[in-house]
Amino acid sequence: MPTIQYDGQDYFCATDETVLESLERHGVMLPSSCKSGTCQTCLTRALKGKPPTASQQGLKDTLAAQNYFLACICKPDEDMEIGLATISPKYVAKLISKDQMNESIIRIRFELPDEFSYRPGQFINLIRPSDELTRSYSLASISSDPFLELHVKRVPEGRMSTWLFDEVTEGDELSFFGPSGDCFYLPDDPGRTLLLVGAGTGLAPLHGILRDALEQGHHGSIHLFHASLATQGLYLIEELRELAKQFTQFEYTPCVLHGNTPEGGKQGNVVDIPGQVLGSFNGYRVYLCGDPQIVSDLRQKVFMAGASMQDIQSDPFVFAPA
Amino acid sequence: MSSVYDQLGGEAAINAAVDVFYRKVLGDKYVIRFFEGVDMDKQAAKQRAFLTMVTGGPNSYTGKDMRDGHRHLIKMGLDDSHFDHILCHLRSTLAELGVAQELIDTVISVAESTRDDVLDR
Repeated sequence: MPTIQYDGQDYFCATDETVLESLERHGVMLPSSCKSGTCQTCLTRALKGKPPTASQQGLKDTLAAQNYFLACICKPDEDMEIGLATISPKYVAKLISKDQMNESIIRIRFELPDEFSYRPGQFINLIRPSDELTRSYSLASISSDPFLELHVKRVPEGRMSTWLFDEVTEGDELSFFGPSGDCFYLPDDPGRTLLLVGAGTGLAPLHGILRDALEQGHHGSIHLFHASLATQGLYLIEELRELAKQFTQFEYTPCVLHGNTPEGGKQGNVVDIPGQVLGSFNGYRVYLCGDPQIVSDLRQKVFMAGASMQDIQSDPFVFAPA
Repeated sequence: MSSVYDQLGGEAAINAAVDVFYRKVLGDKYVIRFFEGVDMDKQAAKQRAFLTMVTGGPNSYTGKDMRDGHRHLIKMGLDDSHFDHILCHLRSTLAELGVAQELIDTVISVAESTRDDVLDR
């Protein structure tokens, strides 16, 4: 009889009983609706123990990989601790370097705390010690890098980005919680075609996902489209070109809305360019990051052009001023 | 007799059908305005629930949910003509997936039975 631990309490799950039924029998009412595994209202996460595969039907692969499951159809095989969120310890790390990538973007690297693990492309919540101001930034580094890397865009009147640009220097301590998010590479199908599209610092998670895929031996094609209004807004151009030379399965297309187009790049709306270049996205796994409107428009475009809803991962950024 | 849901191949078949069906709906200019600004992941989950229900799979369909879920759309002008469009997309989705005509007719008649709930009559 498996034990389900929730919110510090143990609950026994009877034979043939679902997690939802067991908790309800004990007076714990999780949000739920269809009780048949379709509406996903009762989406829950196993923090310890592994949920049965059958309880993950219809979930995106990246959610299943993080042990999310549907409580209403989960008849547990083993003891599990469940909850909606993991409670992250607060990590503290020293800044190693700060580099200007272009006029409005810096790359910051800081120490990798010993006990911190993450999947490249996930995000962390960075905290400013003076007032606990918190902002989310995606991780552009990969697990074998001896540091964590973020790309920070200067937001007009943005308190966090102004502080990071103007005040923080090497050796300063940064603190953060995390990681979180379901935009990351899955090594389950190394021959699959990947489409990565992002604007501005949307490149940060995509750069992590790209390098993670290559390091894990992904041999299917990987198409990266990185967009900005004009060439000056792009960054890491040389590094990405170098990667494309080194790995023939990887193709990099810088995109600009107007002005001169960099070599090998495209001019136009990044929402349209991937479709113009590639045609159908049938069978692709897709990652979309950055500006929410671009992410939303692209999601519809790639879905209409053949990508399955299950295979589209997105991370819309919100840039908060003041 | 087993349900159309089981005959189609259960959950895996429904996942494939959701993509085809939702793509048809989003491609239909006559109904698209009812879907604009809607979270695509949540909408796909609702469509999966709908397709599971009309094919007789495990579901907990209630007419009340259907009424509550569409009332705001009726204020935007949702009527029989839009419902007919959706039925049409459902029919062609099933045909495209190679479902036999008699099974399609069964599914359509179940979907038809929700018309008054959807239109809050």
